Amino acid sequence: MIIPHPLLGPRDASEFVYLGDASLIDRPAPEAGIDAFHDYVYQRDNPAGAHRELWFHEHGDRSWLVVTRNTLTHEILAVELAKDVARRRGRGR
Amino acid sequence: MTYSAWRIFTEGLTGNRGWKRAWRDPEPRSDYEVVIVGAGGHGLASAFCLAKEFGITNVAVLEKGWLGSGNIGRNTTIIRSNYLLPGNEPFYEFSLKLWERLEEDTNYNSMVSQRGIINLFHNDAGRDAARRRGNAMMLAGADAVLLDREGVRAQYPFLDFDNARFPIRGGLYQPRAGTARHDAVAWGYARGADRHGVDIVQNCEVTGFRIEAGRCTGVETTRGTIGAKKVAVCVAGSSSRVMAMAGLRLPIESHVLQAFVSEGLKPVIPGVITYGAGHFYISQSDKGGLVFGGDIDGYNSYAQRGNLPMVEDVCEGGMALMPMIGRAKLLRMWGGVMDMSMDGSPIIDKTPVDGLYFNGGWCYGGFKATPASGWCTAHLLATGAPHPTAAAYRLDRFRSGRVIDETGAGAQPNRH
Ligand SMILES: Cc1cc2nc3c(=O)[nH]c(=O)nc-3n(C[C@H](O)[C@H](O)[C@H](O)COP(=O)(O)OP(=O)(O)OC[C@H]3O[C@@H](n4cnc5c(N)ncnc54)[C@H](O)[C@@H]3O)c2cc1C
Repeated sequence: MIIPHPLLGPRDASEFVYLGDASLIDRPAPEAGIDAFHDYVYQRDNPAGAHRELWFHEHGDRSWLVVTRNTLTHEILAVELAKDVARRRGRGR
Repeated sequence: MTYSAWRIFTEGLTGNRGWKRAWRDPEPRSDYEVVIVGAGGHGLASAFCLAKEFGITNVAVLEKGWLGSGNIGRNTTIIRSNYLLPGNEPFYEFSLKLWERLEEDTNYNSMVSQRGIINLFHNDAGRDAARRRGNAMMLAGADAVLLDREGVRAQYPFLDFDNARFPIRGGLYQPRAGTARHDAVAWGYARGADRHGVDIVQNCEVTGFRIEAGRCTGVETTRGTIGAKKVAVCVAGSSSRVMAMAGLRLPIESHVLQAFVSEGLKPVIPGVITYGAGHFYISQSDKGGLVFGGDIDGYNSYAQRGNLPMVEDVCEGGMALMPMIGRAKLLRMWGGVMDMSMDGSPIIDKTPVDGLYFNGGWCYGGFKATPASGWCTAHLLATGAPHPTAAAYRLDRFRSGRVIDETGAGAQPNRH
């Protein structure tokens, strides 16, 4: 798989470390309660098809990316800096 | 028709004209007592045990493709009970004991071969961990032998014992572990279940659940609605997709695992070797092919095929362990979709929907679990209570903190 890095251009996926579903950006507030944290830590949609996921460019510029990838074909549909995604969602960084 | 040596002899004398189909190809009926979704190893073993051990024969197994088309026909066939944790080890040892009598139970040659497995270690910490694991195994009634370097060398003189990074210091040996012919396990259970009256319906995809007032009363399929008092879902890599149709989210991610077979070679590897530090394991099939694999690719996938970096990684591991395989040609490689759970351990449990049961989260190790998984799923369906060896495999254990995390990796499925 080749991931088109928004800053560095096409990079081999083996330069990256995979974390999982991009919903991990939306960590619940500390007072959200046990159910919210249980769902955040353990439950996943795990779709067959388009999946938004976090990749870390460990052997590169060490930025986190949100990659939208088709889990049935491995085709990469969109790539954004996770920083931009988090800011859009009202996070400070 | 019971299979026996006598039967082969008489058929041989009469032109082999008397053999019948191993199982029927029935039309689905409108109602069953139990419907099992997925004719992989676990679904078929569950149906077989329901009928044989618990006397419940009004059962259908519904399969979207052909039986054995999933992971049961894609794995590298290793059976073993060398787990560490109390939630796991008694279950896997129960499974190994059932493997030892599988062929008598099903009247089918599944080629169970107790050729032994060695997990290699490379330093003092590894030896301590192996000793502890071996003790945990023996406490659960399993067999374990701690081998030193010379003990490993006696079985596998051709390994690279003085590898600069991971010199081989010894291994944890389980003599009763081994391999079984994966397809023949599915076929044996299918034929056995069919002989007890279970309907195995192929080309019948479950497309929804009939849920009335919080109770599951049947399934929608591509061949019509089928009613059932109880429905058990055993669909491995498709777990999240199928359970989503009942409105449930799972602590599971689907990942691809690849496997490899070389051209046929003369017998050289007598048992199974796992080289955890090098992310590599290997055995040799009875046809002579070297059967080997390594880690999952590491990203969510439903593709049943992996990528080249993992091919390179596995082959590097093999070359580091046994340089002699460098000239063997790779014959085939393929992938299967793993239901990777959040703690690396499986789930056999009721669900919040009455009458709906779930079996899954088998990760890359569910083949060895097949006999016990079938037994414990049947036990849960028939008695309403978990089998003692599977009591820890609860769906809600992540909420209560009772996770069973063999690797200690946390809620990170691609690290288990
Ligand atoms: C490459 C590889 C190597 C492995 N090596 C080992 C090993 O050495 N040892 C070991 O113990 N384990 C191993 N495993 C793991 C093991 O194969 C699996 O954990 C186990 O087979 C899963 O259970 P199953 O047999 O029931 O799954 P499957 O055979 O996948 O059965 C699930 C069935 O459900 C069906 N299904 C899905 N959705 C639907 C639907 N909507 N309606 C109807 N049917 C449906 C599928 O078609 C499939 O037939 C390996 C797996 C792979 C891929």
